[in-house]
Amino acid sequence: MSAPFRTDAGGQIDRRKSLTFTFDGRTFQGVEGDTLASALLANGVHLMGRSFKYHRPRGVLGAGSEEPNALVSVRRDKARVTPNLRATQVELYDGLVAQSQNRWPSLNFDMGAVTSLLSPFIPAGFYYKTFMWPRKAWDHLYEPAIRAAAGLGDAPTEADPDRYLNRFAHCEVLVIGAGPAGLAAALAASKSGQRVMLVDEQAQFGGSLLAVTDALIDGKPAQVWLDETLATLAANPKVTMICRANAFGYFAHNMIGITERLSEHQAHPDAGAPRERLWQVRAREVVLATGAIERPLVFPDNDRPGVLLADAARIYLNRYGVKPGKRVVVATGHDEAYRAALDMHRAGVEIAAIVDARPYPRGPLVEAAKAAGLTVREGYAITGTIGELRVNGAYIAPIIAAGQVGQTETLSCDGVLMSGGFTPSVHLFSQSRGKVVWDETLETYLPGQSAEAERSAGACRGRFGLAQALADGFAAGADAARHPVTHSFAVEAVEGDPKGVVGALPHNRGQGAKAFIDWQNDVTTKDLKLAVREGFQSIEHIKRYTTTGMATDQGKTSNLNALGVISDALHRPIPQIGLTTFRMPYTPVTFGVLAGMARGDLFDPIRTTPIHDWAVEQGAVFEDVSLWKRARFFPQGREDMEAAVRRECLSVRKDCGIFDASTLGKIEVVGPDAAEFMNRMYINAWTKLGVGKCRYGILCREDGFVTDDGVVGRIAHDRFHVTTTTGGAARVLGMMEDYLQTEWPELNVWLTSTTEQWAVIALQGPKARTILEGLVEGIDLSPEALSHMSLTEGKICGVPTRLFRVSFSGELGFEINVPAEHGRKVWEAIWAAGQPHGLTPYGTETMHVLRAEKGFIIIGQETDGTATPDDVGLTWAVGKAKPDYVGKRSLARPAMADPARKQLVGLLTQDPAVVLDEGAQIIVTRGQKPPMKLMGHVTSSYHSAVMGRSIALAMVSGGRARRGETLHVPMPEGDIAVTVTSPVFYDPEGARVNG
Amino acid sequence: MQKFSAFELFKQGLNGQAGWKPQWRSPEPKAAYDAVIIGGGGHGLGAAYYLAKQHGMRNIAVLEKGWLGGGNTGRNTTIIRSNYLFDESAGLYDHSVKLWEGLSQELNYNVMFSQRGVMMLAHTVHDVQVFKRHVHANRANGVDNEWLSPEEAKAYCPPLNISDNMRYPVLGAALQRRGGTARHDAVAWGYARAADDLGVDIIENCEVTGIRRNAAGAVEAVETTKGLIRTPKIGVSAAGHTSVVLGMAGVRLPLESYPLQALVSEPIKPVFPCVVMSNTIHAYISQSDKGELVIGAGTDIYTSYTQRGGLHISQHTLEAICELFPAFRRMRMLRNWGGIVDVTPDRSPIVAKTPVPGLYVNCGWGTGGFKATPGAAHTLAWTIAKDEPHPINAPFTIERFRDGHLIDEAAAAAVAH
Repeated sequence: MSAPFRTDAGGQIDRRKSLTFTFDGRTFQGVEGDTLASALLANGVHLMGRSFKYHRPRGVLGAGSEEPNALVSVRRDKARVTPNLRATQVELYDGLVAQSQNRWPSLNFDMGAVTSLLSPFIPAGFYYKTFMWPRKAWDHLYEPAIRAAAGLGDAPTEADPDRYLNRFAHCEVLVIGAGPAGLAAALAASKSGQRVMLVDEQAQFGGSLLAVTDALIDGKPAQVWLDETLATLAANPKVTMICRANAFGYFAHNMIGITERLSEHQAHPDAGAPRERLWQVRAREVVLATGAIERPLVFPDNDRPGVLLADAARIYLNRYGVKPGKRVVVATGHDEAYRAALDMHRAGVEIAAIVDARPYPRGPLVEAAKAAGLTVREGYAITGTIGELRVNGAYIAPIIAAGQVGQTETLSCDGVLMSGGFTPSVHLFSQSRGKVVWDETLETYLPGQSAEAERSAGACRGRFGLAQALADGFAAGADAARHPVTHSFAVEAVEGDPKGVVGALPHNRGQGAKAFIDWQNDVTTKDLKLAVREGFQSIEHIKRYTTTGMATDQGKTSNLNALGVISDALHRPIPQIGLTTFRMPYTPVTFGVLAGMARGDLFDPIRTTPIHDWAVEQGAVFEDVSLWKRARFFPQGREDMEAAVRRECLSVRKDCGIFDASTLGKIEVVGPDAAEFMNRMYINAWTKLGVGKCRYGILCREDGFVTDDGVVGRIAHDRFHVTTTTGGAARVLGMMEDYLQTEWPELNVWLTSTTEQWAVIALQGPKARTILEGLVEGIDLSPEALSHMSLTEGKICGVPTRLFRVSFSGELGFEINVPAEHGRKVWEAIWAAGQPHGLTPYGTETMHVLRAEKGFIIIGQETDGTATPDDVGLTWAVGKAKPDYVGKRSLARPAMADPARKQLVGLLTQDPAVVLDEGAQIIVTRGQKPPMKLMGHVTSSYHSAVMGRSIALAMVSGGRARRGETLHVPMPEGDIAVTVTSPVFYDPEGARVNG
Repeated sequence: MQKFSAFELFKQGLNGQAGWKPQWRSPEPKAAYDAVIIGGGGHGLGAAYYLAKQHGMRNIAVLEKGWLGGGNTGRNTTIIRSNYLFDESAGLYDHSVKLWEGLSQELNYNVMFSQRGVMMLAHTVHDVQVFKRHVHANRANGVDNEWLSPEEAKAYCPPLNISDNMRYPVLGAALQRRGGTARHDAVAWGYARAADDLGVDIIENCEVTGIRRNAAGAVEAVETTKGLIRTPKIGVSAAGHTSVVLGMAGVRLPLESYPLQALVSEPIKPVFPCVVMSNTIHAYISQSDKGELVIGAGTDIYTSYTQRGGLHISQHTLEAICELFPAFRRMRMLRNWGGIVDVTPDRSPIVAKTPVPGLYVNCGWGTGGFKATPGAAHTLAWTIAKDEPHPINAPFTIERFRDGHLIDEAAAAAVAH
C-alpha cells in the first residue's frame, strides 16, 4: 500500500525500510524513523482518537509529548498492552499493533458521541447539580453510568512480564533538553572536563534542529552542525547522553528523576531485555533547556481532524516527510506559522490562505510569504471549521472591533494549521520551587528566581530563535560548569517576532459554538465562563470545576489559553489570576519503572536463620514475621496445623522440643555505664543483677506503654546480652541509640546489633538437660551450677556458646547461643543427641500455645501499644527504687491508675471444646444489641492439649478483680459464656521449670 | 439558594447555562462576627454550615488564607470508612459515615458519596489477628465490617493478586461495605454554598496573622491580612498548620506535621470496583469516577511544611501497588502531589475546647481527615455553640495526652490509616 502523503525525499526517515503496522485492524505501511502519528498521517489518516466527554472525533494536534488527542493502546502480546500512549511518541516498528480508544463500536462511528448532542445540558460540573434523586439511584444507576462513560483506554489485564531497572548517577552538569540551547549548553559544559549528562525525551537528539531546513550555524547547514556536535559530545568520555529520556520530576537538592525507554521502540526486543530504566540523577548544577510548546488558537470547532498545530505540521513535513493535506488554511497569531506555510508551499501543499488575527503583521517571515505569492489575510480570525471526521472547510472573518468580526467567508481545505505562539516549558523550573514571573512583552510566564542550583536557557526562558537559543545555551552551560569559555555562533536564519496571541479569537457563530481550550477533556470557553459566572475565581477552582488542564497532557497546550479566557471573563490581568502548580511527572511515568525490581521475592528482603534450610528439609510450614521466615509448625504425614501443634505441644511437655529462636533481636550493651543505661531504658532494676544471671526485661515507650520485652543476661559487669522480640529488634536498637545520643550522651555505653551473629537454639522440656549433657564442654548443667534464669559461657560441639537457662514454655529450658556459622551444625548435633529421648522440632505456633498455657504475654498480641506493665501483670518487674526510666512519668498519669483499665486475665469457656476467636469482644451481661458495652477482648486462644480443653488470654476491664465471674463473648451465632481465671493455666506453682 | 436539579440543568440548558449565579458570595469581612472559623477546607466550612443550620449562629465567617478546599480537602485520596477499633473512634467515624449518607441531599450538592466498599488486606498472621479484632469490635459497635477469605477478596476486587508468588501473600481481608469514596472538591464547595446561603461570610485569600485575647485571657479578635476582625469565638480547622495558628494564642499542641503524597494514573475504563488498603505492604487504591487510579500510602518520614515529598516514597507506594495488582505495572502515573498532615501521638484527632476561653480546635486527623469531614464539622460546631463537647467528640480532648486517656488507633492498627 502506498502512502499518499509521503514526500519523495528529505527528513530523518529511511524510505527504503518499510514497516508494516495495523491501526484498528487496518494494515498500513510506514518507514523507519516514523512515529505512529507520522505514519498514519502519511497514509492520510488524521482521525486517531475520540475526546473524553463528548467523544468528538479527533485528529493529531501536535508532534510530541504535548499531544492531547491521538491516544492509542499498543499491544505486543496478551500481557504487553499499554493504554493511553500518544501516537506522536510511539516509535513505529514492524508489526506494531495499535488501537484507538474510548469509542464504541468504532472510531468512525462512536455511539458515545450522543453525549455531544446533550452538551447544552451537561456543561462543566453538571454532575454536582444532579443525580441526587432518588438517593439510592446514585449507587446503582448514575455512578455506574458515569464510570462506564469515563476513562480512556482499557487497563492491561495480565501481569506485566517486563523488567525495569533503576540507576543512580551523579554529575556536575545535567542538561535537560537536547535542542539547540541544550546542545550548546552541553558543548560548553563539556569543555570543562567535568561530568556532563544530556537527556532528551525524543528518540533523536536535536529538538527543533531536526526540522530545520534552511538555517546555517557557523557556516554549516544546521543538520551538519547537529551531527558534528553530537559526534563531539559522544567522543567525550565525561559526557553521558540519554535519549528517549523523560526528565519527569525535579526533587529537592537537585535530584532529577528520569525514565529512559529502552526497548519499547524495538520490533523484537531481546527476551528479558528491560523495558525502561529509572535514573535518579543528583547534579551539582542543572541547565533546563526544555524549549517551548506551541499554543493552539481558540475558535469554534477548532478540534476537527485535520486541524493541527502549524509547527507540528512543519515537523511532520521536514522531519518525517509527511504532508498534512493537499490544501490547508494557515490560521495564526504568530510569525512561525508563516515558516510552516512557506515550507508547505515549497513541498507542494496548496495554501488556501494565511489568516492572521493580528491587524498588521510584519517581519521577514511575513514578507517572505508574500513574496512567495501566498495569500495573507491580515486582521482576520478563523471563526470555524466544516466537516465531520475530517475538516473540509474553514470560516474566516475580519476582526472589526475588539471581540467582533464582520462578514464570514468560507475557504475549502483539508487541513488547518494554527499557531497562537509558543509557551515556554517552565514545568521543571516550577517543580524545583522556582517562582515563575509574568512577562508583559511576551505575554507568558517565564522562570524567575531560582530555588535550586539551576538555570534555564533558550526558548524555555523566552529566548526564542536559533541564534538566541544557541548563545543562551552556551552561556548557561559555561556558567553551570563554572568554566570561562565563550563562543559566538554565526547563525544565518530567518527569525520572526516571538509574540503571539493568548485566549480566544472573536467569532460570530452564536451560543452553541464550541471553542476548545482543553482538547482531551472537552473544556470549552463556555465552560470556563460558566465557572466564572458561578463564582469560581481562583484558577485552582476553575481548573477543578471544569477539569481544564487535568487531562493526560496536564494542560501543556491549554493552560495559557485558559488563563486568557478567564482573564477576559473576570476582567483581571492574567498575573492576578495565578497559575496552577506544576507537579511531577512532566509526562506520565510507568508504574513499573518506579517499582523497579521490587516484586515477589525481591519486594522485601527475606531473612532466614542458619537453621532455615534444615526446617525446609523437614517440611516445615513458614510464616512471615517482619522480614523473617519462621517455621510455624512441622507437619508429619498428612497432619494439619491443629494436629501438628497438638503433637508438638505434648512432646515438649512430656519429653523435649527443639525450637529455632535465632530471629530474636539481640543487642550487646557494653561499657562502664551499661547497667545505668539499662536502668534508664528498661522498667527493671539491673544494678544488682549478678554476672551470669538473667532477667526478663520490659521496655516501655515514653508514653508508658509496653513496647518490647526479652530476656537480658549479664555477661560481665559492663556487658549485657539483650534480647528483643523478632519484629522489635531494629526499633529497640533505634530507640536505644536515640536516647543514648540525644538524652544521655554522658553515658559511656556502646550498642551493637548482634541479631545475625548468634544462632539461638531453644531446647525445652524435661529431658533437655539429658540431651545437652553429652555435648557441652566446660559447662556444668546441674541445677546447682546453672539455675533457672542464669547463663554461662563455654563450648558446645567444639564451638563457643553463651548458654542461657531460660524457659518460655514453663518447662526446664535452655537457649543455646552459638556463632551463626555453626548454628546448623550444633542444631543437628543436638537433634541427633535428642533422638533417643523423643526430641521434637516445634514452630512458632506451638511456642505460642506453650507460653499461653503459662500466661506469658506476646508483645503485639496481649499488648497493642495501649497496655502498661501493670495491665499485663508485670508490676513485679518494675524497679521501684529507681529514680527514673523511660515511661515512668507517663505511668504516673491519672488514667494509668484507673481501676477500669483492661487487665490480663485467663478465660475458660464453659464448654471446654469451644475455642474462642482471637479478637472476639467481651461483655458483662448477655444478649446485648449493638452498640454493646464492651469490656475487653480475647488476645490469645488455643486448644491446649495438655489441659485437654480450650484456654484463652484476654484483656478485660478491671479484670483481675473479676476472677470467678462469668462474662460473655458475643458472636454472630450467639453469646459464649466464659469464666474469668488466672492467666496461668498450667503448672501454676512453676515447679516444672526447676526440673 | 438556586436549587440544583436535573430540571434546573435542563432549563438552563435551553438558555446556554447563562442563568447560574455564584455558588457563594465573595464578601469583604465585617468588623465583628459572633464566631470565626479559621480554615476553609471541608472541616471548617462544614462547621460553619452546622453552626448556622443547627445552632442558629448566622453572623459568622470562615477565613481561608488561600482558596477553599485548597489544603488537605483537595489533596487526599477521598477514602471514607468507619471500621476503627476503639469505641470512641467508631462513634466519631461512624457518625461521619451516617452524615455522608445523606450529605448530597442535605446540601443539594452531589458530593458523589460512593459506597463501593473498603477492603483492608491481611498479609501476616498478626494482620489476621488485628483485623479480626476489628471485625468483632465493629460488629459489637454496630459498624459493618466482615472477614473475607482471599478468594472472597478476589471476587470483590478482581484485579487483586492472591497467589502465593507474592512476598506477603494475601491471607484474608476485612471489608466494610458502607465505606467508599466521595468527590473531595464538591464537599468543600457544597458546604460553602449551603453555609453562604444561611448568611455565613466566606472570605478567601484572608490569612490570619494573630489572635488577640482580652485581659481575662479569652479570645476577642483575629488579626488578618484583611484587617482586624472581632469575635468572641474562634474555631480552628487548619490541618497541617493548626499548631501555627494555635501558637498565636499561646496554645501548644502535641502535633507533628508531615508531607503526605498521593498520585493518580492516567484514566482508564472501569477496572477497579472498590477501595483496597494494605497496611503491611502499605498502599491504598481506588478508581475515580473519571477513571484515574487514585493511590496513596504513608507519610514521608521527616516533619516538614513543604507540600512535596521524596521520590522514594512514591516508589515504595507503587512497589506495593504493583505487587498487589501486577497488571497495573504498565499503567502510568499522571500526577503526584503532596499535602501536610497533622499527626498526634495516638493518631486520633483533637476536637475540643482549648485552655483559652472562646478558642476551639479540630485537628490531628493525620492521614485520615477527609472521611471524618461531616462528623468533625458537626461536633466542632456543637462544641463552639454550646461551649462544651458533644458526647461523640468528648473523648477527643487535648488533655488526654496529659492524663493518659489515649485513643491509640495507630497502636491498634500498627500503622497510620
